[in-house]
Amino acid sequence: MREREDEWTGLMLLAISGDGAAYHRLLKAVTPVLRAAARRGLARAGQPVDQSEDIVQDILLAVHLKRHTWDPEAPFAPWLFAIARNKLIDSLRRRGRRVFVNIEDFADTIPSEPAAEIAPASEVAAQLQSLPARQREVLQSIAVDSASIKDTAAKFAMSEGAVRVALHRGLAKLTAKLREQ
Amino acid sequence: METDRLIRTLAADNAYRARPVGFVLALALLAAAPFSVAMFFAELGIRPDAMTAMRNPFFDLKFLVTLALAISAMAVSLHLSRPEASAHGWAWLLLIPAGLLVAGLVSELMMPQQLPVMTRLIGSNSRICMTAVPLMSLPLLAAALIGLRRGAPSRPALTGAVAGLLSAGLAATLYASHCTDDSPLFVATWYTIATALVTAIGALVGSRVLRF
Repeated sequence: MREREDEWTGLMLLAISGDGAAYHRLLKAVTPVLRAAARRGLARAGQPVDQSEDIVQDILLAVHLKRHTWDPEAPFAPWLFAIARNKLIDSLRRRGRRVFVNIEDFADTIPSEPAAEIAPASEVAAQLQSLPARQREVLQSIAVDSASIKDTAAKFAMSEGAVRVALHRGLAKLTAKLREQ
Repeated sequence: METDRLIRTLAADNAYRARPVGFVLALALLAAAPFSVAMFFAELGIRPDAMTAMRNPFFDLKFLVTLALAISAMAVSLHLSRPEASAHGWAWLLLIPAGLLVAGLVSELMMPQQLPVMTRLIGSNSRICMTAVPLMSLPLLAAALIGLRRGAPSRPALTGAVAGLLSAGLAATLYASHCTDDSPLFVATWYTIATALVTAIGALVGSRVLRF
């Protein structure tokens, strides 16, 4: 457990120094832990556990957009679990239940828990449709068509800088819309 | 959308660097300050005997208390803007302005008094103090909340309340240069009521706008 969390901190340090691959690995590594905690939260609230994927994506977006509030001197896991706990409580509340989520829900999770019967997430995809055209096109190009920033720039005759701006604004707007819904 | 695709998209945005919360908070407060200062000079202005008043330690104490409140509240609010922050270990900072005020009250108590307690307590400006401090804090409170929205506070109402303390501290610093009531008894009563009002507004608005 300890080792895993040290590895996360190391990856996050690499990520903020500009290593996109390390950031990708970090997000991949934390996702099963977040998913297991989301399923447990849903189960405890008497909600269908197969709804966990929307919550996982909600947490990932918040992690991404609030990265700058992480203190590089501090371990990454407590920060991550605090973000996750907030979003999980929020999501469960939105689904109509008031529940208490324990921080240990995250810390004790073993990532190899069975991940069966998960319904595909639908909220992000739905909100994607309500974004301004340019932001939606850029996001779809990168997310759905797996295009790089460079390819996306060429496809829409934009500069790479403009693609980066549209990508970030799109993600921020998406998150705001998810929160409002 | 599949989570793997979302992760790939987030990783593609790794180059984006958000500005630190403290930087945005400072910038927002600097942008809002002219509004509060304009309100101050339009309606109140610095008291005419400010130069002589500076020789009165109780006049100076007002600024010490209000600035200590603003600075410590700024530090606490920045701390609370981190999601894993707990209020423990930082809340004591807010005791500094309170302690300064208590020290002022005690020393006034030990001095020979020409004015009766009730005169010092009620003063001549209590109503202006009660309206001017909250009104002048509003632009600063809005700015503080905008800045703190960049953060990820796990306790939005508490963080909003501290933003209220911060803006009331700054507004009260302005007001202190106008007000001719220097008795710590007056400050402890009316400044505190005005600050409490702004703090309540901050908590109320913060609980809505500071959620992330």
